[in-house]
Amino acid sequence: MTQARASTAANSSASLSGDYPPFNQRHLLSIADLQQHEIIDLLDRAEAMVPISRQERKSHPMLSGKTQINLFFEPSTRTQASFEIAGKRLGALVMNMSIKTSSVSKGETLIDTAATLNAMRPDVIVVRHSAAGAVELLSQKVGCAVINAGDGAHEHPTQALLDALTIRNHKGRISGLTVAICGDIANSRVVRSNLLLLKALNVRTRVIAPRNLLPAGIEHLATEVFIDMREGLKGADVVMMLRLQHERAQGHMIPSVREYYRFYGLDAEKLSFAKPDIIVMHPGPMNRGVEIDPAIADGPASVITDQVEMGIAVRMAVLDALLPARNSEANEL
Amino acid sequence: MTQTVLIKNARIVDPASGTDDQGAVLIDNGIIVDIAIGKPISLPEGAEVINAHGLVLAPGLIDMRVFTGEPGKEYRETLQSAGDAAAAGGVTSFVMMPDTTPVVDDGALVDFLIRRAKATAKVNVLPAGAITKSLNGKEMTEYGLLKEAGAVCLTDGRHSIQSSAMLRTAMGYAANFGLTFVHHVSDNDLSGDGVMNEGLFATILGLKGIPREAETIPLARDLQLAALTGVNYHAAQTSCAASVELVAAAKNRNKTVTAGVSINNLALNENDIGRYRTFFKLSTPLRSEDDRQAMIEGLRSGTIDTIHSDHDPQDNEVKRRPFAEASDGAIGLETLLAAALRLVHSGDLALLTVLRAMTSRPADILGLPAGRIAVGAPADLILFDLNYPWHVSEQQIRSRSRNTSFESARLTGKVMRTIVGGATVYTHAD
Repeated sequence: MTQARASTAANSSASLSGDYPPFNQRHLLSIADLQQHEIIDLLDRAEAMVPISRQERKSHPMLSGKTQINLFFEPSTRTQASFEIAGKRLGALVMNMSIKTSSVSKGETLIDTAATLNAMRPDVIVVRHSAAGAVELLSQKVGCAVINAGDGAHEHPTQALLDALTIRNHKGRISGLTVAICGDIANSRVVRSNLLLLKALNVRTRVIAPRNLLPAGIEHLATEVFIDMREGLKGADVVMMLRLQHERAQGHMIPSVREYYRFYGLDAEKLSFAKPDIIVMHPGPMNRGVEIDPAIADGPASVITDQVEMGIAVRMAVLDALLPARNSEANEL
Repeated sequence: MTQTVLIKNARIVDPASGTDDQGAVLIDNGIIVDIAIGKPISLPEGAEVINAHGLVLAPGLIDMRVFTGEPGKEYRETLQSAGDAAAAGGVTSFVMMPDTTPVVDDGALVDFLIRRAKATAKVNVLPAGAITKSLNGKEMTEYGLLKEAGAVCLTDGRHSIQSSAMLRTAMGYAANFGLTFVHHVSDNDLSGDGVMNEGLFATILGLKGIPREAETIPLARDLQLAALTGVNYHAAQTSCAASVELVAAAKNRNKTVTAGVSINNLALNENDIGRYRTFFKLSTPLRSEDDRQAMIEGLRSGTIDTIHSDHDPQDNEVKRRPFAEASDGAIGLETLLAAALRLVHSGDLALLTVLRAMTSRPADILGLPAGRIAVGAPADLILFDLNYPWHVSEQQIRSRSRNTSFESARLTGKVMRTIVGGATVYTHAD
C-alpha cells in the first residue's frame, strides 16, 4: 500500500492519459451528448487501461486523492462493483451508497440528496436511478463530475462503450458491421445507448422483438426492425441479447417464458442464421433458459465474460477522462 | 365612489356580436348601459373617463379550468393570489376546480367559497361542484343543492370517471338541473404509468408514453352517453386530431356537446419537454406538432369551443423531481391571453375567433350573462395592447407558485387594464 501511494500519480499517468487531448465533457450523462471522435477517444483510452487489470499489481493511482461516490438508487451488483474496482485500481477513494427505498418514499428529494453529497466535496458521483432523466437532474445540482450508471429506460452510456470495445477487440473494427439487439427493447436503457453509439460509428443496427416490446418510433432509431428472430439474425456479425424482466413481464408483456424462449430465446438453431463468426453478447445478469440457451451463453461464440472485463477498463477510462477536465475547469475559475 | 365610467377611443372587439370597430362604452353601476359605435355618446355628469387611446376593448376572459390551492394548500395558491394573477392576465371570471382539500362536493362549501372569494379575490370566482363525492368516481353528489348554492357546472376536475354506468347515471341526473357536465377524459388503465405523449420523443427520453387512445376512447363513450342522456356535455380538455374528429361528428348529431382545449396544447408541443423539463409535464400531455395544428384547425372550424389556462399551481417540492416522479400541471392565468394571441400574430387564427373561445363561448356553455359587450351585460372588460412585447419573468409572477410553462417566453400582447363589475382591478405599470 505504502509503495503504491509513494509512486507519484503524475509520473505514472503521463504514459496513459497524457497522450490524449482533454476530454471536453463535464459529465457522462448520455451517448447522445458525445461526438464520434469523443466515443473513439474513450475507446482508445479504455484499450490502454486493459493491461492495468491484467498485471499482478493492479494499481495505477492516477486518481489518488480523488473521492468517488457510487450512488445507487436501484440495486445493482455488477455495475456498482465494476465502478468500484475501476475507481480503486486508479487509486481513488471510493464510497458506495445504496439507497434501497426510493427518494420519494424516504421523504428526501433527489435534489436534497445531491446537495448533501455535494457538501462532502466528491470529485465524481456515479449514479444509477430508476427514473429517466434523474441523473441529469442531479448533475445540475452538484459541482463535480457525474457519470450515468443507468437512468430508467433512458441511457446506460458505459455499457454501450464497453460493448463497443468488446466488439472492436473481437472484430478488429466496428464500422460497417451488422449488430442485432434482441429482447425487451421497450424498457431497455442499454438498447438506447447502444443504438446511439453504433449509429455514430456507422454500424447497421437491427432490433428484434415481439411488437409489444418495441417502443413507438423505434424504426427511426434502428436501421431495421424485425419481429422474426431468424430473419433478424441473418448475416449478423454480433447479437446482443437483453435481459427479460420476466417476473414483471409475464402475463401482460408476454404470455409465458416458454413461449418467449421458443420465439425469442437464442439457441443454436436460431444462431445458425447469423454469420459463422458471430459473437454473442449479454449485458447481464442473464436468465439462462429465458432469453438464452445456457449452451450458447457458455459456448465458443459467447464473449459475455469479456464484456465484464472491458467494463472495468471503460469505467477507468471514463473516470480518468472526466477528472482532469474538472481540474482544468477549477483552475480557470 | 364613481358609479359611472366612460371608456372612449377604444377598438371594441366583441365576439358575441362580431363587432370590431372604434367606439365608446358607458358603464353604470357595474353594468354596460350604452355602446356607441360611429355615433356620439353623451357624457353623464361626474362620470370617470378612461381614454383607451386605441387599445382593444374586449369582454373579460372567462377561464373554464383553474385549480387553486385554497382551501387546503394555501402555500400553492389562495383565492386572492389566483385573483391577482387572473386580473393581471385579463381573466375576469374563472371556474374553480373542486380538487381542493376538502373537495368541493357540498353546497355549504360552494356557498363558503363564493363568500370567501368576494372578500379576497379581485375577479369573479365561479366554483364548480364535484360530480362524485370526494372525486371518488363512485357516488353522486347533490347536484340540485350544489346548483342552488351557486355551483356553475359539475366536474371532477383532474379526475376522470372510469365507469360508463356511473357516467350514465350522473349525466342523466345532471340533465335534470341543466348543469353543464364537464369531464376530463382519460382512460386510466391505458394511460398506465405514462408521463408524456407516446411516440418517438418519449422513446428517446426513455419515458413511458400515453397513447392518444387514452383520450379518444373515453371521449367517444362520453359523447354517446351525452346523446343518450341529453345532458349539456363539455369535454374539458382535448388534445389530438382524432378527438377533434370525434367531437365534430358528435356535434352533427347532438347540439348539446362542446369541447375545450388548454392553451398549452395550442401553444406548445411535446418537443418543449426538451431534456426532462417538468414544467411541461401536463395532464392532458403535450402532443405532437400535427396534433397542435389539428387543435388550431378545430378552433377555426368551431369544433373546439373554448380555450382555458389549465392553471395548476404546483410548488418546487413536487416539480423539481425526475420527470416521471414530478407532479403534473403548470400555471397559466397570467399568460393565457398573450399565449393565445401568438395564434393571432402567427396568422393561424382571427382575433375574434381566439377571443370568442375565451369569452362568449364559455359564457354560453355555463349560462353566464358575462363574456360580451352588450347593453345589460356585466361590465367585466379588458383593455389590451395587441402588439405590446414582453417576456415572462419569474419575479413578476403574481401566482404563489412559479411553475409556468412560459418561463422566459417572449410574448406579444398585454393587458393594460382589467375591469370587473365596472371597477378597475388591474392597471399595467411599466
